[in-house]
Amino acid sequence: MIEVEGVERRYDGLAVLSEVTLSLPRGGLTAIIGPNGAGKSTLLSVMGRLQKPDAGRVTLEGMDLAQASGRLVARKLALLRQDNHTAARLTVRDLVAFGRYPHSRGNPGPEDHAQVARALAILGLEPLADRFLDQLSGGQRQRAHIAMVLAQDTECILLDEPLNNLDISHAVRIITLVREAAQALGKTVVVVLHDINMAAAHCDRIVVMKGGRILRHGPPAELMQAEFLSAVYETPISVHELAGRLVAVY
Amino acid sequence: MPEPQTPRPSSRQPGPAARLLFPLALGLTLAMGLASLFVGVSSVSPGLLWAEGGTGPATEVLLTSRLPRTLALALAGTGLALAGLVLQVLVRNRFVEPSTVGTTESASLGILLVMLLAPGLPVPARMAVAAGFGLAGTGLFLLVLRRVPQRSPLMVPLIGLLLSGVIGAVTTFIAYRTDMLQSLGAWSTGDFSIVLQGRYELLWIVAGLTLVTAVFADQITLAGLGRDMAIGLGVNHGAIRALGLVLVALLSAAVIVTVGIVPFLGLVVPNVVSLIMGDNLRRTLPVVCLSGAALVMACDIVGRLVVRPYEMPIGLTMGIVGSAAFLWLLTRRRGHGA
Ligand SMILES: Nc1ncnc2c1ncn2[C@@H]1O[C@H](COP(=O)(O)OP(=O)(O)OP(=O)(O)O)[C@@H](O)[C@H]1O
Ligand SMILES: [Mg+2]
Repeated sequence: MIEVEGVERRYDGLAVLSEVTLSLPRGGLTAIIGPNGAGKSTLLSVMGRLQKPDAGRVTLEGMDLAQASGRLVARKLALLRQDNHTAARLTVRDLVAFGRYPHSRGNPGPEDHAQVARALAILGLEPLADRFLDQLSGGQRQRAHIAMVLAQDTECILLDEPLNNLDISHAVRIITLVREAAQALGKTVVVVLHDINMAAAHCDRIVVMKGGRILRHGPPAELMQAEFLSAVYETPISVHELAGRLVAVY
Repeated sequence: MPEPQTPRPSSRQPGPAARLLFPLALGLTLAMGLASLFVGVSSVSPGLLWAEGGTGPATEVLLTSRLPRTLALALAGTGLALAGLVLQVLVRNRFVEPSTVGTTESASLGILLVMLLAPGLPVPARMAVAAGFGLAGTGLFLLVLRRVPQRSPLMVPLIGLLLSGVIGAVTTFIAYRTDMLQSLGAWSTGDFSIVLQGRYELLWIVAGLTLVTAVFADQITLAGLGRDMAIGLGVNHGAIRALGLVLVALLSAAVIVTVGIVPFLGLVVPNVVSLIMGDNLRRTLPVVCLSGAALVMACDIVGRLVVRPYEMPIGLTMGIVGSAAFLWLLTRRRGHGA
């Protein structure tokens, strides 16, 4: 489980996260939604210890991220960033294999090879495995980075807009995959999404952010309200029931 | 200009070319090493050595001059190629090498100051001072880099060259005021004809540093993927970067102190290898080291042959080969993010 306690983050004195407190129990898929600039990516990088909060703290299974060993945390928490511009010329297979680095420290065993093969297969990357990253399309590169995060095989997975650049088939496959990981394997998964309907259909919990604060959080049924969503996005949004789901129309 | 859309399988796929590269580099290194032992003014040949049976002028030349020279060439080539590789990975720019970011110039300044202020200092201490200055110079470059907005990957080496120019000018100025200009020129130009038994052994430190780099190869590769990626995978990004910069400074200093400055090698070799094999250090490191050794030996042999019985300094041959290769690389690298 991961706990965010009173986190603040400022850039040049400007608050980007204010009093963010959030407790995510073990297991379950949580979506973070909100307009551009709401602070979603900042919150995720603070939770993934890429940025230090100016106040407050984040704990992962009781350990304070600010104090924990980087190596240990890397075995328990994996993070996919919003923009993955890897300049290095690595093959897809090498990149995914580096996801095992926290476990293997450079000496991969059978378990590591199996995880890499599994991640490549799940994301349909086998035909591309020996290509360099700079020879891929944007969506293929995104899939390679997701495969790396999967290969890391951590209890807690933070994904910042994982569905960016993906076609419908891969988007559905990946969101289904992480939902299964959360339900069947008890992983704690947080995804930043822009597609509210995707969030409502697949996630156990939705966190709505705006202006560096968490406005509300709860199960999709509680948050899929036309008035609330319209206010958050400052855009007229209506919510309808369609095929047993709540669907936002905008 | 748009990137041509046609795939270039020979160099862009890590296919057969990548797999052949290691045996090729190994073969070339061995061939060049043998050639280097037997090419020169006084004749040394396997037949002659056999006839002498262990003592004689040819054996003497081989042991006191040719062998040390060949080893020095191989070690210096390895060290320079490796320094270029590590620097390129850590700066995340393909157009840098120790002599284009201020490392080399700073190390030279350090050596000049030693010659002025403590001429009696033993060579290892001289190297330590050179490495210290080299490290400071590289650090300065990184500080400047952080402050300048970069729009193009070419800005990075440009800043480095400017900085190198400034430091080089300071060195020249001091040398001029202290009447050291001539000796500065003499030792700073890369030259292997001065290498004799007893005067190159410090270069063995390159072998040790290569091992250290090999041990940290994965972590250096990960640091080259950027801070966030490195931290995400549990690598101490700051520590690995610092280690890499120390390695670069030590490698450069060891070569400068023993044989002088050899330009371009650190730029060209890692680039060509990266184009063919990619950037996974664990895989490219042996090929980069071997290719560096082979290229330096080849340039030195050419320098020994073209103006016989005189010699062309390696700085000249390497400069011609290197600048041509660099221009070619510039046109190849355009488009895919330096
Ligand atoms: N390095 C930075 N320096 C200054 N301000 C920053 C920096 N990074 C982010 N910000 C600001 O912090 C705020 C939150 O950014 P963040 O990236 O967390 O938003 P987000 O919710 O992920 O948005 P998006 O949906 O566009 O990805 C924005 O207003 C942004 O301008
Ligand atoms: Mg974002």
